[in-house]
Amino acid sequence: MATKVMMEALSPTMEEGRLAKWLKNEGDTVANGDVLAEVETDKAIMELVARGDGVLRKRLIGEDTTAPVGDLIGIIAGADEDISAMLAGAGGGDAGASEAKSNAKGEAKDAASDDAASAAAKPSSEGAAKPSEAEASSEAPANKADAPAAASATSAPSEKPAQSDADGRVLASPLARRMASEQGVSLSNVQGSGPGGRVVRRDIEAAASQAASAPASSAKAAASSSSTSANAGASAPAAAQAKPQGKPPAIPLAPSMQIDGDARDVPLTQMRKTIARRLSESIGPVPTFYLTAEFDTTTVASLRTQMASAGDAFKVSVNDIIMKATAVALAKHPECNAHWLGDSIRYHARVHLGMAVATDDGLIVPVIRDADTKGLGQIGREARELAGRARERKLKPEEYTGSTFSVSNLGMFGIDQFTAIINPPEVGILAIGSSETKPVWEDGAFVPKQRMRVTMSCDHRVIDGAVGARFLQTLKHLIENPFLMLY
Amino acid sequence: MTPSKSPASRTAAGGKTSGKAGAKSADKTVAKTDAKPDPKVSEKAAAKSGTKSAASKANSPSSTENRKALHTSLLHTMLLQRRFEERTAEMYAIGKIGGFCHLYIGQEAVSTGFISLLRDDDYIITTYRDHGQALARGMTPRAVMAELFGRVDGCVGGKGGSMHLFDKSLGFLGGHGIVGGHIPIAAGVGFAIKYRGGDQVIVCFMGEAAVNNGAFHEALNMAALWKLPCLFVIENNRYGMGTAVERASAINDIYKRGASYDMPRDVVDGQDVFAVRAAAEEAIARARTESMPTLLEIRTYRFMGHSMSDAVSGTYRTKEELEKYLKRDPILLLRSQMEENGDLSEAEWTAMDEEIKAVVQDSIDFAENSPEPALETLYEHVLVDTTSD
Amino acid sequence: MAVITYREALNQALREEMARDDRVFLMGEEVAVYQGAYKVSKGLLQEFGEMRVVDTPITELGFAGVGVGAAMVGLRPIIEFMTWNFSLLALDQVVNAAAKMLYMTNGQFPMPMVFRGPNGSALQLAAQHSQAWESWLAHIPGLKVVVPGTPYDAKGLLKAAIRDDNPVCFLEGEMLYNTKGEVPDEEYVIPLGKADLKREGDHCSLITHGKMVLVALQAAEQLAKEGIQCDVVDLRTVRPMDVDAIVASVKKTNRAVVVEEGWEICGVGAQVVDYVQRNCFDYLDAPVLRVHQADTPMPYAKAIEKAAKPDVPKTIAAVKKVLYIDD
Repeated sequence: MATKVMMEALSPTMEEGRLAKWLKNEGDTVANGDVLAEVETDKAIMELVARGDGVLRKRLIGEDTTAPVGDLIGIIAGADEDISAMLAGAGGGDAGASEAKSNAKGEAKDAASDDAASAAAKPSSEGAAKPSEAEASSEAPANKADAPAAASATSAPSEKPAQSDADGRVLASPLARRMASEQGVSLSNVQGSGPGGRVVRRDIEAAASQAASAPASSAKAAASSSSTSANAGASAPAAAQAKPQGKPPAIPLAPSMQIDGDARDVPLTQMRKTIARRLSESIGPVPTFYLTAEFDTTTVASLRTQMASAGDAFKVSVNDIIMKATAVALAKHPECNAHWLGDSIRYHARVHLGMAVATDDGLIVPVIRDADTKGLGQIGREARELAGRARERKLKPEEYTGSTFSVSNLGMFGIDQFTAIINPPEVGILAIGSSETKPVWEDGAFVPKQRMRVTMSCDHRVIDGAVGARFLQTLKHLIENPFLMLY
Repeated sequence: MTPSKSPASRTAAGGKTSGKAGAKSADKTVAKTDAKPDPKVSEKAAAKSGTKSAASKANSPSSTENRKALHTSLLHTMLLQRRFEERTAEMYAIGKIGGFCHLYIGQEAVSTGFISLLRDDDYIITTYRDHGQALARGMTPRAVMAELFGRVDGCVGGKGGSMHLFDKSLGFLGGHGIVGGHIPIAAGVGFAIKYRGGDQVIVCFMGEAAVNNGAFHEALNMAALWKLPCLFVIENNRYGMGTAVERASAINDIYKRGASYDMPRDVVDGQDVFAVRAAAEEAIARARTESMPTLLEIRTYRFMGHSMSDAVSGTYRTKEELEKYLKRDPILLLRSQMEENGDLSEAEWTAMDEEIKAVVQDSIDFAENSPEPALETLYEHVLVDTTSD
Repeated sequence: MAVITYREALNQALREEMARDDRVFLMGEEVAVYQGAYKVSKGLLQEFGEMRVVDTPITELGFAGVGVGAAMVGLRPIIEFMTWNFSLLALDQVVNAAAKMLYMTNGQFPMPMVFRGPNGSALQLAAQHSQAWESWLAHIPGLKVVVPGTPYDAKGLLKAAIRDDNPVCFLEGEMLYNTKGEVPDEEYVIPLGKADLKREGDHCSLITHGKMVLVALQAAEQLAKEGIQCDVVDLRTVRPMDVDAIVASVKKTNRAVVVEEGWEICGVGAQVVDYVQRNCFDYLDAPVLRVHQADTPMPYAKAIEKAAKPDVPKTIAAVKKVLYIDD
């Protein structure tokens, strides 16, 4: 029995992948689970594994070639098995795509997204929904998704993300295309309920009815995606797929601009594309304001010295302390530990702290989960380990998704103050500047103190000025009196 | 008026013809040759018929002066067709005329003989070999040549070309391209004449090859059954394209086909315009006064190929045969008879010929100067937007 | 309003138009003494006489040509084919003569005539007597092709066809002759080329003509019980086709199913689909589907004959498919 090798969705936001390297040659014997290739996703280089036993009979795309998720890129079969029919189907996309969806790795749906899903999708026993209702009701696609979603992610077409053909073209009826264009719905985010995953009118109507609440629709996406990875609390897929319905106005590019001096045009990597998309989504619709405060880190500095003297095992960085303090502050201020869901705000009980890491290719935000409950040492170890693997692009999807608040630190670059951009659907991010020695008037004299500027970006839809200020106040108090974190 | 189906009336119709110089005697004459077809014998039959008919009223004007005028007129009509088509061939050769183009040269006595006896309100319908009949009916050389050139001043504005000449004002009903297809139409015109109680006739010209076509039989059956004023005129030029009549028809004396429908019938020498006129006169009278159809086989010969893409002699007939028939050129026959009668001097002939050549040249000049149809005419006349309201 | 049969409606149209215009005559096999093979011409011989109600030999090519000739010189013939299945023998006259005469004579000879008769299949008449020819005829510029589905339309359209100065092919339904419907007592004429919205609905357009109008209406009625509301667009005339009516309906419903009696390849439905894709591309939510005769000659045996014909269940299935139900 031949097995198709598909371009798999190796990250929740991945729509296409670049085959970086084949690790097996045509003719190699492979077993189920063997790594066949390395695939560069929008976030990382991932391993693509065999889904069956046999011989890798055919590699259908070359290295450095990009293929949409679901495309047939190879065939595993018996050494003498006839694979001509399968080859003939290659590039058709449709059949392949429907199999590919079984491999689509979604994050676990957490309790919250379950709620969202059931809100969006009224459980319906009317499997054969009356068309009049189906048309009038935006729930129609969700209805269909409902039952199969509970069982597995491999069945109903409506569970797939928008179906694409071999060229990566989203299959949609002409009417759906026109409606999507008029209503600012991105077709690639709409699940098609028609044959072969075709996006049809009812799908656009469903999407548009949730237009005001983008995350709600993404919650539905999360709900209908696979539950294979049970990463409790991770609402990352929802976040990742949350897209504002109104596209930001197109910024004129400058292809005709005179090039003065040396220049090089570099195609966007998958990662850079995702960064661009995500951040512009943020700056557009999120009404952000900024609060800046200067913290005294003299005590933190002396604490570090004391800890280091206790042995290498107790070495921590300023950043580790800031992370810990931020997590503790968030636990005290759940109003800042939240996600904006469009028509609701989700306040998280647990604190999963995102940590912006610069890599050669750009920004990635690995997550330290339950950071408020972890000791400084563990935070430090996790932070270093995640940052290291982030730079090697070896992070797993669950390691860079699901944060509830984020911290960005450019202090090591000598930046004394900056503003960071919120990572939606989070509602706040801290921008940490460098610690500097400054003269501070204290008890009638200037004394040298370590000072650090912290700027908090706040989504005003969730955090009002005073709320943000109180959070910063708590954080400042914790940083300046680190022993408080012991309680 | 009712289409009678009475056997008695059909018998009566047959009986009426039997007394005249037409069908039955010819039937007998040719019957002898049935077992062993011989064109010569057939020709004799035709010549005999012609000789008899030449004495008919139509060819015997009351005075010499009238005779000269009539014969001059007939000669003029025939010569116009001849000169016109000679130049047509030339224009075709230099690319001024395209498509299918079938010349009538050699057969001019047939069109001339019949049409010279028609009234203005009678009708004519013919095949794609239609230049001769159109000119004989009075369509101007300009209108015909312009049509051949595909120009707006053509008789149908450049929509039809050589095969589809029409002129409603002349009762000239075309110019039909499908062999046999126009024969039932002729029956329909006959039906309409009868329906209205008129005394017009319709002359339907066809080639001898059309008689093997079902449409021919269906039309003749109805015309005889309903007694329609139709003249079915078979121009037997011996070849349906390249297939000799003996190779296509089980019966070589084509006019005998009329016996199937008990239709008055005759065979006529088509190179002798007076013979043609004699037969035509009789058939027209039968149609006009008795509303009876007639089938006439007119034995003639085309001096040119089937169409402009066919060599004059081709693979299917010999030069000797062609040369034999060329001696019976209908124009030469009439000219020599007129000269014998003292009705045509050399000078008169030359003057007529020059005058006609000038007219034909004028038609060419006219066609050259006539504009091509405007592109918007493409969509004109697909439908009319009128009703009988 | 009187309720009369389709047959009576046609008979009334013939009678009224023959009384109105003495250039109009009816010619065909068994139209006079026999009173019409399907009794459409019942009583006309007695009323109008032999010259205007003319029995012909079995000679389709011949009498079609007689009609053409009579029309050339000013009469207004109605040529009846006992069925359109027999008309193939006459197609040279219909296509080469009637349809083209006006054009190739540069407007000199209009063809004010009607070719009419029953079209398509009846019951168990097998291959040679069960064919729907409208797509063949509709292919020809110079013809109008009318396919009425109800008594009301049959009368109003036949009167219009007889008055039209163009050659009109008028295709009746043998299985429709006994169907009944309301027909006004006062005179009326239905213009050719205008479709009729027989039923209104927002979910799907059923575009059809002729005998299939009843099938579409029955399908629409059953679908309505499931909450599916269909527009039923009766083209009535397939040439010229009422593109505006098709477009208006499909723009409203975004989905269409074309139902026709004839075969699929190059059928009337293919043309409808072309108009739809050209004019409604951005309004379509599903590919247009077609319901038509199986791509085989018509068999005799009942079960396979039924399987070959377009019918209500097939129409319902197609509607559900374009609605993405029961894929």
